Amino acid sequence: MLSTIVINEVSKSFGKKLVLNQINLTVESGQIYGLIGPSGSGKTTLVKIIVGMDSPNQGNVQVLNTVVPNLKLLQKIGYMAQADALYSDLTGEENLSFFASLFKLKKDVQKERIAYAADLVNLTADLKKKVQNYSGGMKRRLSLAVALIQDPDVLILDEPTVGIDPELRQSIWAELFRLKKTGKTILVTTHVMDEAEKCDRLSMVRDGEIITSGSPAELKNQYGITSLEEVFLKAGGKQQ
Amino acid sequence: MRILALVKRIFHQMLRDKRALALMMVAPLLVLTLLNYLLSGNTVDPRLGVIKADDNLVERLKDNDITVLQVEENTKDLLLDKDLDGVLQFDGENISLTLTNDQPNAAKALQVKVQQAIAAEKAKEQAATLSAFMESIQSKLPGIPVKMEQVKAPEINTSYLYGNKDTIFFDQLSPILVGFFVFFFVFLISGIALLRERTTGTLERLLATPILRRDIVFGYLMGYGLFAVVQTIIVVTYAVKVLDITLVGSFWNVVIINLTLALVALSLGILLSAFANSEFQMMQFIPIAIIPQVFFAGIFPFESMAGWMQILAKCMPMYYGGNALVEVMYKGSGLSEITNDLLVLLGFALVFIVLNVVALKKYRKI
Ligand SMILES: Nc1ncnc2c1ncn2[C@@H]1O[C@H](COP(=O)(O)OP(=O)(O)OP(=O)(O)O)[C@@H](O)[C@H]1O
Ligand SMILES: [Mg+2]
Repeated sequence: MLSTIVINEVSKSFGKKLVLNQINLTVESGQIYGLIGPSGSGKTTLVKIIVGMDSPNQGNVQVLNTVVPNLKLLQKIGYMAQADALYSDLTGEENLSFFASLFKLKKDVQKERIAYAADLVNLTADLKKKVQNYSGGMKRRLSLAVALIQDPDVLILDEPTVGIDPELRQSIWAELFRLKKTGKTILVTTHVMDEAEKCDRLSMVRDGEIITSGSPAELKNQYGITSLEEVFLKAGGKQQ
Repeated sequence: MRILALVKRIFHQMLRDKRALALMMVAPLLVLTLLNYLLSGNTVDPRLGVIKADDNLVERLKDNDITVLQVEENTKDLLLDKDLDGVLQFDGENISLTLTNDQPNAAKALQVKVQQAIAAEKAKEQAATLSAFMESIQSKLPGIPVKMEQVKAPEINTSYLYGNKDTIFFDQLSPILVGFFVFFFVFLISGIALLRERTTGTLERLLATPILRRDIVFGYLMGYGLFAVVQTIIVVTYAVKVLDITLVGSFWNVVIINLTLALVALSLGILLSAFANSEFQMMQFIPIAIIPQVFFAGIFPFESMAGWMQILAKCMPMYYGGNALVEVMYKGSGLSEITNDLLVLLGFALVFIVLNVVALKKYRKI
């Protein structure tokens, strides 16, 4: 099986502060890969480097066998940033169709994709509303819809379900599973342990280093405990 | 294609932002109208008190639009009481002029008028004395007829290369103002728009799509450029048709100059937005980058500036813009006379555009 994301010895520092320290990570194609770790551990920084929005001081990243950053590659990556980046003076639909045109979708495809993405995140009824009148969760959902708009092969989602209610969260995860079945590769960061449980593989990041990786079951075995929450606390928390 | 998506989005946003639209389209008209009335208001005749003045002189002063009052003494209280601008006192051969000087410009003008009137009176007296003298000589020397030309005070026929005798300061100032407003408002609106994209993270999000960096810059230039076209046409039409500002040259040349200026303002605005973290910081560029421009746009004569100021002036886009606008609107020059100014402006724009494309590397290396 081909590896979709290959991270090779990536280090990154902001000023004197080392935020990522020699990260190695491989995401196989068709996987849902979870990044968990305490706040400030460097997950977002790593995700930005994968998308090409930040460049590492050392090491390199390859996505779909292409070295990042690459313009053609961006067409195939759906990115959802941790902070919603939406045009609040435009409606949900205008936001979606703007990004759709940036991906050069044809008019009819555009319509189809907007309908699909809006339906997925349950925003169809609110598409004509201006984003500034959206609730926090609605904005989050619209960001996810933007990430899916061009039907990308790789999805990189930075805390996609923050502020989204449990019911919708479940349906979003059901869709992620469906997307996975169609061969898409998905990388998510999360703080929610029952979401981590749903990933095929997990990496725990702490202080800019990957301290442990494996399937959820492997991690639990490794620490001899039954819930991921405890793994998080044991491995990720401050060590005594 | 991607540029068009950007242009379309900017249109949506602008048309929805009624305040920004009004600021761009209506505010310049308001300021121009105010200035027009302020600067073209009729000047009040100066009031001059005279002591022991000759009647002929008083007549001449009155002819020169001076309100003349006979007064008894020359004291501060009297000047203030009677609301005089000055007192002219004759004391034998001595003449003294006291000026209130609360408005130095008006005082200078009054002084010049009084001096002219006195000189003219003197010349007339001398001419009369001279002809009387000649006549008496002629009468004493009969048989030798000497044809004497009448000595007259010379009259000057004034003609004007640009404008006419009714031209006021506003006529020369207005071309500069028309250009400056376009420059200022386009700078502000486009700069703040891109700044907002930076602070809300949408610019970063934009660069996570396959759009080229230069397409973003061009999209902005086109999107806001189209609004600048509308603004320019509204402002120039209003200035010429409603305010009756002098426009000797072609309307379309004025539009071309203003559009070039708008291009510079646009590219400068979005460039400077990279160095601001908030809308307020964007406003802080106005006293540094915008206001000084207007001083060098032709309001103060370039020739009388110190050498280093002249060099500074040549670094300011408005210097070229103001110059070209005065050429076309006031002096009636054609396109060939302003080509140089336009080229320099385009040069500025080009440099700013390239810097913009490079500055976006901060978000994405390619
Ligand atoms: N642009 C930046 N300049 C300076 N420091 C930064 C910058 N971006 C991130 N950092 C620092 O890098 C570290 C990692 O930040 P990052 O956003 O990657 O954490 P995270 O794991 O995503 O946290 P969270 O779970 O809260 O989102 C933090 O200490 C943060 O202060
Ligand atoms: Mg984060």
